[in-house]
Amino acid sequence: MAVDVSIRIAGQAGQGIQSISAIMGKIFTRHGYYVFINQDAESRIRGGHNFDQIRVKDQPVYAIGDKMAYLICLDGNAVDSDLPDLDENGIMIYDGEKSKFQSGNSHHFSIPLEQFAVQAGKSKIMVNSVATGAAFALMGFELQPLLDRLKEEFAAKGGEVVENNQNSASSGYRYVKNNFKGISANQIPTGPFKKQKLLLNGSQAMALGAICSGLKFYSGYPMSPATPIMELIASVADQYNIILEQAEDEIAAINMVIGAAFAGVRAMTATSGGGFSLMVEGLGLAGMTETPAVVVVAQRPGPATGLPTRTEQGDLQFVIHASHGEFPRAVLAPGDAEQAFYLMAKAFNLAESYQTPVIVLGDQHLNDSYYTVDHLALDQIPIDRGSIRFDDQISSVKDYKRYAGQETGISPRILPGLSEAVLYADSDEHTEEGHITESADIRIRMVNKRMRKLEGIRRQMASPKISPPKKSDIVLLGWGSIYGAIKETVQLLNHEGIDAQMIHFSEIFPFSAVPFLTKLKKKTKIFAVENNFTGQFADIFTQQTGSSIFHKILKYDGRPFAPQEIVKQVKEQI
Amino acid sequence: MKKKIVSVQDFESDDPIAWCPGCGNFSILKALKQAFVELGKKPHEIAIVSGIGQAPKTPHYLRCNAFNGLHGRTLPVATGIKLANHDLTVLAEGGDGDGYAEGGNHFLHAMRRNIEMTYLVHNNQVYGLTKGQTSPTSGLGFVTKTSPTGSTSPQLNPLLLAIASDCSFVARGFAGEVEHLTALIKDAILHKGFAFIDILQPCVTFNRVNTFKWYADRVYPVDDGPGYDSSDRITAFTKALQWGDRIPIGIIYRQGRPTLDGQLSAITGQSLVTQQIDSESFSSIFESFK
Repeated sequence: MAVDVSIRIAGQAGQGIQSISAIMGKIFTRHGYYVFINQDAESRIRGGHNFDQIRVKDQPVYAIGDKMAYLICLDGNAVDSDLPDLDENGIMIYDGEKSKFQSGNSHHFSIPLEQFAVQAGKSKIMVNSVATGAAFALMGFELQPLLDRLKEEFAAKGGEVVENNQNSASSGYRYVKNNFKGISANQIPTGPFKKQKLLLNGSQAMALGAICSGLKFYSGYPMSPATPIMELIASVADQYNIILEQAEDEIAAINMVIGAAFAGVRAMTATSGGGFSLMVEGLGLAGMTETPAVVVVAQRPGPATGLPTRTEQGDLQFVIHASHGEFPRAVLAPGDAEQAFYLMAKAFNLAESYQTPVIVLGDQHLNDSYYTVDHLALDQIPIDRGSIRFDDQISSVKDYKRYAGQETGISPRILPGLSEAVLYADSDEHTEEGHITESADIRIRMVNKRMRKLEGIRRQMASPKISPPKKSDIVLLGWGSIYGAIKETVQLLNHEGIDAQMIHFSEIFPFSAVPFLTKLKKKTKIFAVENNFTGQFADIFTQQTGSSIFHKILKYDGRPFAPQEIVKQVKEQI
Repeated sequence: MKKKIVSVQDFESDDPIAWCPGCGNFSILKALKQAFVELGKKPHEIAIVSGIGQAPKTPHYLRCNAFNGLHGRTLPVATGIKLANHDLTVLAEGGDGDGYAEGGNHFLHAMRRNIEMTYLVHNNQVYGLTKGQTSPTSGLGFVTKTSPTGSTSPQLNPLLLAIASDCSFVARGFAGEVEHLTALIKDAILHKGFAFIDILQPCVTFNRVNTFKWYADRVYPVDDGPGYDSSDRITAFTKALQWGDRIPIGIIYRQGRPTLDGQLSAITGQSLVTQQIDSESFSSIFESFK
């Protein structure tokens, strides 16, 4: 039997929704399932209304479901706001003692969550563990893997915290076993249990990709949704000899990164659109001084402060064009956690090979969502440090020229202090030696030299993912985190007998040559799907390929697409 | 590499100098070269980061590693360089606009971090490169093209700011006292921590108030007088407040406290840049995600 179950955990900020979803998600992953978890949170520390959704499937999954098989309500408000999203036969857990809602539906289970939390866990805060225990019982899972997982999760907080959580989960679990006998709806078969697949979110994948690529220096200023990248790197910085410095602002962050990269180490920063706005001058400095810099921009809805904890793909044109003046850069936009890992590695290689900034574009949906990944392979991320010369033979080079290399645009690089040669880097227009110049001839030569690198980068850009490969009547065109939603949309359409395929770009700028266009039928209808108002990638696509977009499906309410929403809009147009 | 004695010639650059004749920057350049020679530093062992203005052109007129970056952003770049390769002797250099206006926030936080580097501010109390506008250190009432009726805000006191920020080395030099300035720069480079020198630098073109003579008539060395204790913060505050008929130069405040670079476990062995990337070391990194 195919498994595709969506679980929503809803309540207030501070009730531990995210820790439950991470705990449950990992147990499902260990039972062999693929999991996708997305967060819907308000920008506050306590109160309000938040939820996480866990989708559990026996096939790889990268998108949210539309109807929930389980709804776990940690407070009374959640019942009112989230019940409409529960499937007809869905199961709800709620605390009848704390909610005015009383249901006659046999699938709605009132459990005294708060009372058990206080009795078994010694605190109201344990409501989440009571509910998790109850949910596991209803799903047909064993208790022990949950108890083990709670121990793993809370071990650092001490034995008492572990015990309180375990007792809470046990009380919820037993209450269901004792009081709701014979309920078997929506159970999830438990497969063999082993730690093999990974469960990680986009931010974690980016941080791991950077670390495994030899990241040595990170500087950043906290900003949602990019902060978890910094926090993961900080947690292992001492172990892998990485220096992480929290900067006074994003301007300092990117300039520190440029300094560290100039001195010869792999360096990066991460921020969201607002912080990137402050970094823009520094981005141009990296372009002009030909310093490798990797910048993650995890988008959120703007402008200004926008919706701090929600998602949007509104900064694509911004990051492609950011800065005054012209210089080469690359923009990569991974579609899921696995791509995020490998594209970070590519970002560092491109940055060092072409001695210029590379931007990795995420968004709240990608960065905060958890994905099950089968395997991440270190041997698939070769480290290419470009034209750096580490040998001290160059001590004989008296007249090293930092900006030599007209033909390819790529200059031989030495690192300051590692040989007897010296180098000058300059943000003014400069000579091959790196000294300030006003010469018109040199200006032309230097602009040509820098821009030549753009053609080199263009040749490194991978083609889009096309699935299924055969020519189709309908194309769903997307980029970045939209990947999972359009991939599943195509599957749903194909299942209904509608001929459709996905074309997904994760390596966006410079836009690469277009061999895939030959794979399009003349009458193919292209639907561009994006989380923004204008269809920013659709415009680039049309400009670069001459192919017109049949219809744009756009969403800018700060929430991700469910595939079913896209299916509906496609069907309305054909 | 063989040890050899360095000379001023080792620091000569062939880049033609673009300063006005008589500019105070020439003396600062001379003091810098002399300090490097006296300390036995070789050109490749030094990295100077500068911003934008007339002062930040200085590293081009020296032979050493140089990063001439953005206006006001010298200290973050210098921070990145020093943390990536702490074997380098790192200096940051800019003017009063660069350091006290555009880069003010970085100045505060660089003092907090206390990374071992030397920060030289050529303070001529006016904007030179943009041709004569008011600066954060211009005197109250100072008339420029952007303050035609006189500057309306009092001048910033960089020394007070530095002492209040617990900067571990706070000094003032004068471009007209090259030997004294050379000694200050040497002390700053040898200091274990963030060393800041505000250098009074006459601008012969745009500042007709704070001229060479104006400064020369007022400056006096504090380190000469008996009983001046530069480690006493209250004394230092009092000294830093003095501006007018008499202006103190020398090391105003100095204290020892831990440096950021000295506390980082990642570089207790060797500098970051000399550490090889070892893919094998990451083999267990995924375990906690399973």
